[in-house]
Amino acid sequence: MKTITKLWASAAICGAMLTGMAQADPHPTAELIIEGELHLATRAEPPEHLGGALPEIYSGWLFRTDETRELQMDDFDNPGILFTERGLDRWEMADGATEQSCADCHGDVESMAGVRAVMPKVNEDGELWALQNYINNCRTERMEADAWGWRSEPMKDMTSLISLQSRGMPVAVHMDGDHAPFWEQGREMYYTRFGQLELSCANCHEDNWGRMIRADHLSQGMSNGFPTYRLKNASIVPLHQRFLGCIRDTRGETFAEGSPEFIALELYVASRGLGLPIEGVSVRQ
Amino acid sequence: MTRRSLTAACTVSAVLWASAASAEIAPADVVWEDEIAIPASLSGAPGDPDAGRIALSSRSVGNCLSCHVNSDMPEHDFHGDVAPPLDGTGARWSEAELRGIVANAKRAFPGSMMPVFYNDNPADYIRPGNAYTGRAYDPETFSTLLSAQEIEDIVAYLVTLTEW
Repeated sequence: MKTITKLWASAAICGAMLTGMAQADPHPTAELIIEGELHLATRAEPPEHLGGALPEIYSGWLFRTDETRELQMDDFDNPGILFTERGLDRWEMADGATEQSCADCHGDVESMAGVRAVMPKVNEDGELWALQNYINNCRTERMEADAWGWRSEPMKDMTSLISLQSRGMPVAVHMDGDHAPFWEQGREMYYTRFGQLELSCANCHEDNWGRMIRADHLSQGMSNGFPTYRLKNASIVPLHQRFLGCIRDTRGETFAEGSPEFIALELYVASRGLGLPIEGVSVRQ
Repeated sequence: MTRRSLTAACTVSAVLWASAASAEIAPADVVWEDEIAIPASLSGAPGDPDAGRIALSSRSVGNCLSCHVNSDMPEHDFHGDVAPPLDGTGARWSEAELRGIVANAKRAFPGSMMPVFYNDNPADYIRPGNAYTGRAYDPETFSTLLSAQEIEDIVAYLVTLTEW
């Protein structure tokens, strides 16, 4: 009995704490406007499939400092834009045995508008592919060039460039039909408590967003800003690099970047952000 | 001191050391009381609150401030707030309960986000890793997150936190 009473007392203290934590919430009024022109929504109604797990969905941008948020509002200040510029050079550069460039088949890069918004997507063979898989397929099959590494500079450049073409377009991943089993797999992973610390994605990003783990302000883990320029890494960071880091930090055995597991997780995480726009290349801490 | 008495002293201390070592309770042998409390010292020795203070705040040991605010440690920046504050834990919980919570908080708080600090069985985890390398665990080195003595030291410190 004594123990039960203490548990209740402890729960009451937790409840009192929760009400006093508004200081760590996402920024209440900031608006993301790029170059004073393009307004990107950073708050949206949660998708139905979340079943009320989140009251509203928020871009990770709202959880960052004033300085970091400002960097993303100006393309001259956004270091990720440099990657897109190098990407455009690569777009037009002939490569591989066929001596073809991306532009030779696809024309202007603007033809890629909307592509990032539906990634990852099931291919003709029924496999779930991320943008990186489609890029490498073009390189190895059509250009007869070497595949790019998931974390390589050219891959960062090209994914940044292609993402920029979808800037402002809503996340539009598919969850049903061919995509359903992959989505279910990703959902299962999201709630799995990995590693010796037994932490799931949901522990931090669904149950504790807005709170602090040491100096880290927990966001809702939305992926619509990826690939993101991460100040801590001083580079473009692909989503799978963050997945890998998170599972490693659970004292867990991670999955590989580009693995089927991470692509399934990418699909599910993207679907939690249905309603938010692709930010092109975002800036995070 | 003669050679003989030195030998005798060494023998005595070796015996003491051996008995202290054998008094350590392995994770699988922990005896629980009321499901959530551990009455006996895990190391067989008393805890040192000063060592516990350091172990609790050290990022490479307890790293408790990742999630808990502790007003007794203003010298450390950035206390996390995903878990209840440590203030007053010594007033709210007995030493045995604190030992149980540090060793396995999921008994007192089912589904808690708090890691289990005293379990060395990799089969209880999903994809356990080799520390923070991201690689698979090594059966030779997989161990508890905190040693028995580190838990004793941290518990000895926590019981001093009676102000809140």
